[in-house]
Amino acid sequence: MKVDGIESGIVLDHITAGKSNQIYRLLGLESLDCCVAMIQNVRSTKLGKKDIIKIASEFEINLDVLGYIDPNISVSFIKDGAVAKKFTLALPQQLTNVLYCKNPRCITSSEQEIPHVFKLTDPEKQVYRCIYCEAKHSNH
Amino acid sequence: MRHMIDIAELSLQEIDDILTLAKDIIAHPEVYQDDCNRKKLATLFFEPSTRTRLSFESAMLDLGGSVLGFSEAMSSSAAKGESVADTIRTVSCYSDIIAMRHPKEGAPLIASLNASVPVINAGDGGHNHPTQTLTDLLTILTEKGRLDNLTVGLCGDLQFGRTVHSLITAMARYGNVRFALISPAELRVPGYIKENVLEKNNIPWKETEQIDEVMPELDILYMTRVQKERFFNEADYIRLKDSYILTTDKLKNAKEEMRILHPLPRVNEIEYAVDQDPRAAYFRQVQNGKYVRMALMLKLLGLR
Ligand SMILES: [Zn+2]
Repeated sequence: MKVDGIESGIVLDHITAGKSNQIYRLLGLESLDCCVAMIQNVRSTKLGKKDIIKIASEFEINLDVLGYIDPNISVSFIKDGAVAKKFTLALPQQLTNVLYCKNPRCITSSEQEIPHVFKLTDPEKQVYRCIYCEAKHSNH
Repeated sequence: MRHMIDIAELSLQEIDDILTLAKDIIAHPEVYQDDCNRKKLATLFFEPSTRTRLSFESAMLDLGGSVLGFSEAMSSSAAKGESVADTIRTVSCYSDIIAMRHPKEGAPLIASLNASVPVINAGDGGHNHPTQTLTDLLTILTEKGRLDNLTVGLCGDLQFGRTVHSLITAMARYGNVRFALISPAELRVPGYIKENVLEKNNIPWKETEQIDEVMPELDILYMTRVQKERFFNEADYIRLKDSYILTTDKLKNAKEEMRILHPLPRVNEIEYAVDQDPRAAYFRQVQNGKYVRMALMLKLLGLR
């Protein structure tokens, strides 16, 4: 299968196979007007299998969301058909409105306009906690 | 230090500064009686807690300041649907410092992010209650003369009791402190406290269902209420509740210098006869609550 390279935009490579759907959703790629290619289960010497996403637009990408989902993703910004900038990711220290607190006793449950903010409290175990009630985010 | 939301944010030095100031207030209250002249404390109690509110208000009055506020959400702007952030922005215009209690966890943090004056968390649901923990620390310090080299027994509802979790976390930072956790199997200290606080810091602790087993070792006995609604069935509650009633008889095996603490109010977990025992420190603990709040407000207002 062949998918053409892009003239300008963003390429997300080395995505753990199966995670591209989650990324598509969390980055809000469905709202983009441009061409987006999602390639799943590509053979990779490093990972065995991987996913790749190509976005033919220079939109403002939330690197924290990517780092949270999979810090091993490589992010390349493409200009005039060549790589202009490459980013490596890290687990973000803080996430705003990416994770949502589900604790019914948390103030975020009664006041809708409060941003949901989570802090990385244990980098080793990748534990994020709500800054208001300290509830652990559980489906990672 | 600008706000007091979670005691875990304080360094040992900052805690020490507050406790030292509180001890000096106890010794020389007259020196501090005009420190808050013309200052106003707003007590915003979105859920009622008469004891805590009176303690804060009494503390401010003893510093020469005055108080305003409300004691339940029904009578406040919250009943009309105003957000915590908006309430705090408004109250910041009328007061120099705010003490806030709220049924939702994290509400005081929201308040501190929107306030132009210092905010003190006076309890947010079952989450934090830093001035209770400061009260407990001041009581242990004044009664025992130290916060290290102590065996601390905690008895009763150790699963849901936030004062217990907070005290364990605070005391774990001092040297050579050991814990005896006395509770029914249903109400043990949650795993994350054992894992993140006790085991992580190599702190010796043991768990028991029998208070008599550990009584002779204890320097501090911190009693809490076993609440009926925590139990799954009536039979368990009836079976277990009486094993955690402190009686003069059970105190026979305790050290002369042991001290009994309780965050109050009590229901039946400490026999009234125990009140006469010099080891009973829980009413002095209430007094300390006022002094430590005086010290905290002076620090947050930058007056001392
Ligand atoms: Zn929360």
